[in-house]
Amino acid sequence: MTAITDDTLKVEPRTIRDEMIAFVIMAALLAIVPLTGVYPFFVMQALCFALLACAFNLLVGYGGLLSFGHAMFLGTAGYCTAHALKVWGLTPELGIVVGTVSACALGVITGLVAIRRQGIYFSMITLALSQLLYFIYLQAPFTHGEDGIQGIPQGYLFGIFNLARPTTLYYVILVGFLLGFLLIYRTINSPFGEVLKAIRENEPRAISLGYKTDHYKLLAYILSGTLAGFAGSLKVFVAQNASLTDVHWTMSGEIVLMTLVGGLGTVFGPVVGAFVIIAMQQYLAGFGQWVTVIQGVIFVVCVLTFRRGVIGEIAHYFRRSL
Amino acid sequence: MVDPRRLRAGGDFLKDVTEREAVMQALYAQLLVGLINGSFYALLSLGLAVIFGMLNIINFAHGALYMMGAFCAYFLLNVAGIGYWPALVIAPIAVGIFGMILERTMLKWLTGLDHLYGLLLTFGLALIIQGVFQNYFGSSGLPYAIPDELKGGMNLGFMFLPVYRGWVVVFSLVICLLTWYLIERTRLGANLRAATENPTLVRAFGINVPRMITLTYGLGVGLAALAGVLSAPINQVRPLMGADLIIVVFAVVVIGGMGSIMGSIITGFSLGVIEGLTKYFYPEASNTVVFVLMVLVLLVKPTGLTGRAA
Repeated sequence: MTAITDDTLKVEPRTIRDEMIAFVIMAALLAIVPLTGVYPFFVMQALCFALLACAFNLLVGYGGLLSFGHAMFLGTAGYCTAHALKVWGLTPELGIVVGTVSACALGVITGLVAIRRQGIYFSMITLALSQLLYFIYLQAPFTHGEDGIQGIPQGYLFGIFNLARPTTLYYVILVGFLLGFLLIYRTINSPFGEVLKAIRENEPRAISLGYKTDHYKLLAYILSGTLAGFAGSLKVFVAQNASLTDVHWTMSGEIVLMTLVGGLGTVFGPVVGAFVIIAMQQYLAGFGQWVTVIQGVIFVVCVLTFRRGVIGEIAHYFRRSL
Repeated sequence: MVDPRRLRAGGDFLKDVTEREAVMQALYAQLLVGLINGSFYALLSLGLAVIFGMLNIINFAHGALYMMGAFCAYFLLNVAGIGYWPALVIAPIAVGIFGMILERTMLKWLTGLDHLYGLLLTFGLALIIQGVFQNYFGSSGLPYAIPDELKGGMNLGFMFLPVYRGWVVVFSLVICLLTWYLIERTRLGANLRAATENPTLVRAFGINVPRMITLTYGLGVGLAALAGVLSAPINQVRPLMGADLIIVVFAVVVIGGMGSIMGSIITGFSLGVIEGLTKYFYPEASNTVVFVLMVLVLLVKPTGLTGRAA
């Protein structure tokens, strides 16, 4: 079987330097956004999805596990954070903790089931599990079914930062995104990440070398789910609602699409992909269902001709790892 | 003097009898609905299994092609005035040819790549097909009348059976068994199974494997379209009729495993029946029961009930 990512490049010490430079440029660009007059809501939303796509990419790009149900983490964390803020009246930081921990718990439970099969079955199982959760949330009273949880108070983070102010909220979201991104980056370049790549390339061989591959895969799945949940918790403060859309399989598909467009198994690809797809949805919002068609066309074109994605192609051209 | 309590008890007894009859009627009705859903699960998971065997692709577009089958029947009736019986043959062939074109122009290029790309490509195709239909027909259902020959119902003594519903179950079962026979008992099927095991060797015997792959995809897609035509009079014709169904069928496939044709058929029908029973005994769980069963099966027997290790 051919590997899902293009790993013909040799990773040299200088590529780490390249990635750090790229990271600093990205952080600087994002930090000056409020000064440029770009609509901050759009960038905040894109940042949440970027973190979500990065978390998803950790699993598929480095672990070779294509989850088709990652929306369940987004939605679960969103509902839990929203409930904690609105009904329990918790502070924002505790609300984020509640959402992230619930996503982590969901990762443990679903991971123990999903990890039992590999490859294509793993995708079908995660999709089915997220659909199971969708129906549960559809009927559960605390999610308010089709209406969702609306009008969520944003509050003061650590009692100081007023999240109702767009600029403050923007920097809080940005810091959250950068922290999540660095954690993922660190994981990829850790011994754990190396074992994960080895499992992706050749699982039987990793087993024969004495690695308990199931443990590694489960851990990667839980970590990915937890970070996706973190993104979901942050998103609650931006959107101020939590609804069934975030748990639906179309959302899982969008997460896959973002990562595919940016480049599976690249460090920065999911970020670029998330911005591209969110921008596209923003500008094409008036075209109704044609957006779905266009997304489908992008899927087809990417798979047939553009499997490395935007960042993957750039990295390949310059012979760098990005 | 008669004890008034006893009088009341007698009245209750009569009421109990009629109530129990109504209860049993409802149970049979749900069982029938379950069998019908089961036939769709069987037809769809059968097609998925056949396609996966030859192309190593999980066809995410299967639900969309099922929907196309139903729309094809709808167009045939409302545009060309062609009725249900010819549609039962024409729609699967037309959609099957459409599928073969997809295979020749796109899926073919994925040979040798990771399985996941097949899933992603067909997911994109599903989005395109469903999006286009949604643009022109919205999300509401279009009615498709039951053909005259199958209207009305039969009184079986214990329940009232609408003829069309009985027909769907019997006809699906026959088609499933015919497919099983074709693949497991004929020379063509033997070639097919051989090509699944070792395509290179089969090509060396002078058998045109790429053509066989295309035809297999057409067969699988045709089965989906046939299920679509069958469901048109029951479920109405909707652009998203296959979108949620395909996820349930995925769970069915995980439960049954894709290793055996007969396994897919039996799993499909039995899960439909279990779902029907759940609708009767605990309606709140009817949407989720198949997924919960999938979790249980994965915990007990991860390879699926009939599947070999994949």
